[in-house]
Amino acid sequence: MTLTEKIKDPEKEKRKIKSDKKMRDLMTAYYIEAKTPKEQTGKKIAWITSGGPVEPLQVMDIIPVYPENYGAMIGASKMGVELCEKAEQMGYSSDLCSYARADIACATVNGGPIGGLPEPDMLICCNNICGTVLKWYEVQARYYKVPLFILDTPICHTEYNPDMKRYVTTQIQEYIDFLEKICGKRFDYDRMTEVGKLSIQGQRLWQEILDTTMNRPAPMTCFDAFFHLAMIVTLRGTKTAVDFYESLLAEMKERIAQGIGMLPQEKYRLVWDNLPVWYRLRWLSNKFASHSACLVADTYTSGWCSSMQYLDENDFLGSLAEMYTRIFLNTGTDIMADNIVKMVEKYEADGVVFHSNRSCKPYSLGQYDIQRIIQEKIGIPTLMIEADMSDERNFSESQIETRIDAFIEMLK
Amino acid sequence: MERIGIFKQIVSNPYEYARNWKEKTGGKVIGNFCSYTPEEVITAAGALPFRILGSGATISKANAFLQAYSCSLVRGALEDSLEGRLNFLDGTVFPHTCDSIQRLSDIWRMNTNYAFHADLIMPVKLDTESAEQYMTSVIRKFRKDLETGFGIRINDEMLQKAIQTSNQVRASLAKLYEIRKNSPEKIKSSELHAVFKASMVMDRNQLADALRELITFIENQKVAKKPDSKRIVLTGGLCSMPDIYDVIESSNGAVVWDDFCTGSRYFEGRIIEEGDLEKNIAQRYINRIVCPAKHSGIYARGNYLLEKIRENHADGVIFVFLKFCDPHSFDYPYMKEMLEKEGIPSMLFEIEEQASSGGQLQTRCEAFMEML
Repeated sequence: MTLTEKIKDPEKEKRKIKSDKKMRDLMTAYYIEAKTPKEQTGKKIAWITSGGPVEPLQVMDIIPVYPENYGAMIGASKMGVELCEKAEQMGYSSDLCSYARADIACATVNGGPIGGLPEPDMLICCNNICGTVLKWYEVQARYYKVPLFILDTPICHTEYNPDMKRYVTTQIQEYIDFLEKICGKRFDYDRMTEVGKLSIQGQRLWQEILDTTMNRPAPMTCFDAFFHLAMIVTLRGTKTAVDFYESLLAEMKERIAQGIGMLPQEKYRLVWDNLPVWYRLRWLSNKFASHSACLVADTYTSGWCSSMQYLDENDFLGSLAEMYTRIFLNTGTDIMADNIVKMVEKYEADGVVFHSNRSCKPYSLGQYDIQRIIQEKIGIPTLMIEADMSDERNFSESQIETRIDAFIEMLK
Repeated sequence: MERIGIFKQIVSNPYEYARNWKEKTGGKVIGNFCSYTPEEVITAAGALPFRILGSGATISKANAFLQAYSCSLVRGALEDSLEGRLNFLDGTVFPHTCDSIQRLSDIWRMNTNYAFHADLIMPVKLDTESAEQYMTSVIRKFRKDLETGFGIRINDEMLQKAIQTSNQVRASLAKLYEIRKNSPEKIKSSELHAVFKASMVMDRNQLADALRELITFIENQKVAKKPDSKRIVLTGGLCSMPDIYDVIESSNGAVVWDDFCTGSRYFEGRIIEEGDLEKNIAQRYINRIVCPAKHSGIYARGNYLLEKIRENHADGVIFVFLKFCDPHSFDYPYMKEMLEKEGIPSMLFEIEEQASSGGQLQTRCEAFMEML
């Protein structure tokens, strides 16, 4: 190691988020517990979709594990291509979701980040994010031969009607019955109230953290949010998440007080739409930063508090159905467009970057309309990047670079 | 066969048929996208249920609305709509199936101007009691929505009559499959495919009569028995490529069954004609073999395929999917594995664009038939 590498740039150090390490430690501890043999923890493992109701699992002392979070890890550690190719050899089309392909392949090999996910005792699939998870979890139910519970949340194109409400509410009870049967113990409704409070607290804190970027300069960017998101996804409903987000929020407030922005210079403020491009986070982050363009907000990380308004703090379980059914991805394209328009106004953005993600049809189809709506309603420039969240083969660096450069010209 | 002529004529230009029908009857035409559309309710409203398959024309306008990674059905249908080829429609119905159709519904609602738009958000899992109740409520709501949308009233008698017609049509289509299975020389698969495609757009009362006449004619005709051929089961989504039947037949093969939404999934399952009619309709869509976008246990489709192979003494299976069809692509590996365990050869053919897939299909199909 040379001397110059050892000396840290004080400017860069100042801008670093100190809570990053804490976050890493907490996630490591979480995965260590999940990977500890079940005889030692005495806890069962549930694989659950990112939009699934995790709170009842916390009540039952079941460890929730997220194949989608794992898909992101696979992408970020650049193992996506290898695993996707393995899935293709197994007969899965290369047009399928790269998280699903990578996870399905990873289950059959000894490897992957953290040496693979712990085997599930049950699978909990909520289709509020896509129809893909249904097929993916069917594959895993056949592979692991464990019970599969499907929470079927009708898509709310234009409305959430009483028939839907009745159907999903009934299923919440079926979900609890399913968990009681597997665990061989009663569901503790008092504990549900506690976990529910923590879940709401966690969601509120997360939204507050995301809102700190309304400040100029923004104390963080969406690339930081992509990282800190793991906590609200995997540890929603726990005190760990609440405590961590409290400290992260405090750090953000401190940064604002001291005028520390994530970028050395913040000229343009942008909103990101769709999942991150996990294997090119750093490249994209540097690319935008080199133009002094700060991605201040995104539709993805705010998705985990997108339907908080439907939660009733005094009747968490009773409002769970509506909260999980009405998340933004489970609504119509026009509602999703309104959401972005509001974000642009709230965060005073100068442009919107869309990631047209081959892996995610419910998120990507309709983006062209949203682009037009934004141009009509606010008249700011937008950029469409064609890529994929975890399969690097669908990323053309030179083409994307040219597009970003041209887009920045439009902002000037 | 000349009796097939009326069906073939409709298939050659289904849009013109719908326009003429409308002019003659003054009725409404309701476009739909999926074999989960409860056609009975539309027929009961005096309207024509019209299955949209896309004309296969070159995509240009739709490219401004849909990414290249959506299937040719979704893109083709939107293209036809934006080009004004579907101007005869009074409305469109989108039952909940795959992610692409869900987003197409939004794009359609936002960019086209048909008077009526209905999202039938049916349950995705079909194997629970609460899903069955919910399915019934979706059917009830659809009936009300049609009544409000068109300012009409659909009474039970109208609904019952529509169900009866539907049952007759489905029984006739099932009968045709039976005839083909036992005496493939009596009706060619390509002809049967034309009958199906026409059935999904034709005036259902006239269809019921035309099918009855066709069956009588076929049953009474004397055709020399053909030598034994290889028996093929097709499985997949919709098949809009009549070529495949000709290729199989010219390679000394015979299609004996399919699991297509433009085939067996269209006619399987009778609706009970008395009692709570909406509930009965719901029952049919709950109990019929599932489209892979829906769930009814984790082996439902694989078991069904094996059952049909045994019943029809099939020698091989051809999977036919539209490229970018996620639900089918996810089911393929396990279904193929189930076939391998039983020693049944199979082949997969992905249709990208209908127009350009013909030659490749011919070559691959011939090679597969030879291997059998």
